[in-house]
Amino acid sequence: MRGKTFPVGGIHPPHFKEATEKKNVKPAQIPAKVVLPLQQHIGAPCEPLVAVGDTVKVGQKIADSKGFVSAPIHASISGKVVAIEPRPHPNGTNVMSIVIEGDGENNIWEGVKPYGNYKELSPDELRKIFREAGLVGLGGATFPTHVKITPPEGKKVETVILNGAECEPYLTADHRLMVEHPEDVVEGLRILMHVLGVEKGYIGVENNKEDAIEALKNVVGDDTSIEVVSCEVKYPQGAEKQLIKTILDREVPSGGLPLDVGVVVNNVGTAATAANILKTGMPLIERIVTITGSGVKDPQNLMVRLGTMFSDVIDQCGGFEGKPGKIIMGGPMMGLAQHNVDIPVIKGTSGILVFNAKEAKKYAPTTCIRCARCVDACPMSLMPATIANYALKDLIDVSEEYDALDCIECGCCSYVCPAKLPLVHAIRYAKAEIAARRRK
Amino acid sequence: MQLEKLIVSSSPHIRSGETVQRIMFDVVIALIPALIASIIFFGLRALLIVILTVVVCIAAEAICQKVLNKPITISDGSAIVTGILLAFNFPPTVPLYIPIVGGVLAIVVAKQIFGGLGHNPFNPALAARAFLVASWPAQMTNWINPDGSSAATPLGLMKLEGIATPYWDLFIGNIGGCLGETSALALLIGGAYLLYRGHIDWRIPVGYLGTVAVLSLIFSQDPLFYLLSGGLMLGALFMATDMVTTPITKRGRLVFGIGCGIITVLIRLFGGYPEGVSYSILLMNALTPLIDRYTKPRTFGKKVIKNA
Repeated sequence: MRGKTFPVGGIHPPHFKEATEKKNVKPAQIPAKVVLPLQQHIGAPCEPLVAVGDTVKVGQKIADSKGFVSAPIHASISGKVVAIEPRPHPNGTNVMSIVIEGDGENNIWEGVKPYGNYKELSPDELRKIFREAGLVGLGGATFPTHVKITPPEGKKVETVILNGAECEPYLTADHRLMVEHPEDVVEGLRILMHVLGVEKGYIGVENNKEDAIEALKNVVGDDTSIEVVSCEVKYPQGAEKQLIKTILDREVPSGGLPLDVGVVVNNVGTAATAANILKTGMPLIERIVTITGSGVKDPQNLMVRLGTMFSDVIDQCGGFEGKPGKIIMGGPMMGLAQHNVDIPVIKGTSGILVFNAKEAKKYAPTTCIRCARCVDACPMSLMPATIANYALKDLIDVSEEYDALDCIECGCCSYVCPAKLPLVHAIRYAKAEIAARRRK
Repeated sequence: MQLEKLIVSSSPHIRSGETVQRIMFDVVIALIPALIASIIFFGLRALLIVILTVVVCIAAEAICQKVLNKPITISDGSAIVTGILLAFNFPPTVPLYIPIVGGVLAIVVAKQIFGGLGHNPFNPALAARAFLVASWPAQMTNWINPDGSSAATPLGLMKLEGIATPYWDLFIGNIGGCLGETSALALLIGGAYLLYRGHIDWRIPVGYLGTVAVLSLIFSQDPLFYLLSGGLMLGALFMATDMVTTPITKRGRLVFGIGCGIITVLIRLFGGYPEGVSYSILLMNALTPLIDRYTKPRTFGKKVIKNA
C-alpha cells in the first residue's frame, strides 16, 4: 500500500516485526537492583544528589546537572544506594552510575503528585515539569525534551510532528504504544502543541501499522488540528529530516535543525510519557523495550524500569535461544552492538535485539565495483562510496567537500552494498575527523 | 555474565543479500539469450570461441593474481563476464589465437595492471578489442553471413555500397557481424532482465539509444536501422552499463549515455570505420571520473549544487 514518503533514496529491508507486533506491552518484573548511569541523555552528565547508604524511593531525583542541555536522573526502584562508581554503559565505555539495591517494596516518593490539566499550566511551567521529570527523546536520540520545546529567540515554530514511523526493523515498542494507548500519544501531542503555541500537529506512522493508524484516528476524531499521516514503509522514514520532508515537503537546511523550517519533531513515546508525567507526576523511570531477534526464546514488548540489567530483561523473555552471536541496543540499522549483557536499560533503549550465533555474521568486504547502489539508496543524496573512499585515504578535506557532515548515519549505503563495505562506518570516521579538526 | 565471542561491529547489523558474485552471475544469465542466438546463427564454433575466451580470461586472472601475490578472486565471476563480452566482439571466423591474446590483454593489461576489479578505468573487453582491431584488422573484420557466405555487416553494406538490410533480419540477428552483437531481440531480453534485477540504470541505454535515434533523424538517416545495426544494442545494454567504468550519479549516467550516442553517430557518419560503438564507450569511460565530479547530486538541505 502506498503512503506519503520522502522522494530520494531509502531502502526496503524485511520488517522482522512479526514476533512482537501483536504482543501487548507487559510490565517487566521490578528488578532487585538497578544501575543508573549519570549520562543517559545528550548533554551535560549529572552529578549525584545522594550518597552511598542513602535510602531512595521510586521517582525521587537522585542526580541532576546545572547545565541547560541535560536531564536529571530518578530512582526507578525504592531501596538503598549501594555504590556510586563507573559501570559499563551501553555506549561501550564505563560511566559513573548510581547503583540501587531494591527493598522489594516499590515505595513511591512523596513528591510524586499529579500536575493536572495542561491547559491550566503555562508553557514555561510545563517545560520546567518535563525538565524536572528527566524527559528526553525516547526514540533513541535522548535529546532533552525541555530544550527541544524551547525555541531560541526569533525562531517561529508552526508545527509539531510526532514520529510514529518506527522504521527500524524488529522494533515494535512505538507500535504497541500507539495501539494500546493512543489517547496518551494524542494527549502528549496536544501538550507539546500547547507549550509551543502551535495550531497544527501531525503524527506520522508507517502504514504497516494500520491498527495504530486506526486507533490514533479514533482518538483524534474530528479534531482538525491533528492529522494522522499514513507513510510508506521505507527506511529511514522515521529519520527526522525525511519525516518532515514527507509530511510538510520542507527540507531542513544542511547543518540546521527542524526549528529552521518551523518544526519540532518528537517521538510518540516521548509524547505519551509527557502526558503520563502530568497525569501521575511520576518522572521518567521506565520505558517500553522490544526484546526480540533469533537469539531470544520468547520475544516481548516489556515496560522496563530504567537501570534494569539487559541480562534480567532477556531472562524474562525465556533467556537466549541457542548461542547468542550479537546483542544490539536499538534496531538493526542504527543500534549499538554490545560486549555483554551486564549493562543497564537506559532512557534511549528502544530495543534489545539478539542474533543467535548462526545469524550474527561478520561481513568480509571486497572491492567497490562502483555499482552506485549506495548513491541511489542515500536519502540525503550523498555519494557514500566516494566519501568513504576519501575518508579511508585520509583525504578528509575532500570527503568534507562531498558533504560528509550531512550524513545521517542511517546505514542504507552499507545495507545495499554488494561488496559489503562498511561505508557508513568510514563516513562516521570522516565526520569525527572533520569535527576534531574544527576544534583545533 | 560473560558471553564468549559476541560480535561487536558498527551498524547496520543487517545487510541485503546482494553480492558482487550474484551481480556477475546475473550478467552472465542476461548474456545467455545472445549466446544462444549466436550459436543458432553461427553454429557451434560460436560456442567454442566463447568458452575459449572465458577460460583464457579466468586463467589469466588467476595466474596474474598469483604472480602479483594478490588474493585470487576468480570466484567473483567478473572474468567470466569479460570473457563472454570479449568473445561477443569477435567475428565467427576469428582464428583461435586471437581470443587467447585478447583474453590476456583484457585481464592483464586492461584490468589487473590497474588494480583489478573495480579499479580499471576502461571496460576490459572493449579495451582488448581496440588492441586487437589495431593489431589484426583483417582477422577482426572478416564477416560471414549466417549461411557461411562471406559478407559485410549491414553498417558496412550501407556505408560502402548503400545497400539496406531488412529490419526483421536485423532484429532477430540473421545478419553478418560479431558473434554477440547481431540479435537485437536476444540482447533486449537480456537487458530487460538486468533492468528488472536492478543491475543497470535505464538512464544509460535510454540516453544512448535515444541520442542515436534523434541524431540519425537530424542527419536524415534511418533511425531504426541505426538502432538495430552494428554493436549498438550490445554496447548500450551491456558495455556502456558496465558498473566499474561508468558514472555513479544518476545525472552522470544520463550524460554518459548521451555522450556515447553522440560519438557513435559521429563515427558512423563521418569516421573511417563503419561502426563507432566501442570507441565511443571507451572515450566516455575516460571521462567518467570527470562526469562524476560535475554531476554530484544536490545534497538534501542544500540550495545549490556545489561541485566538489
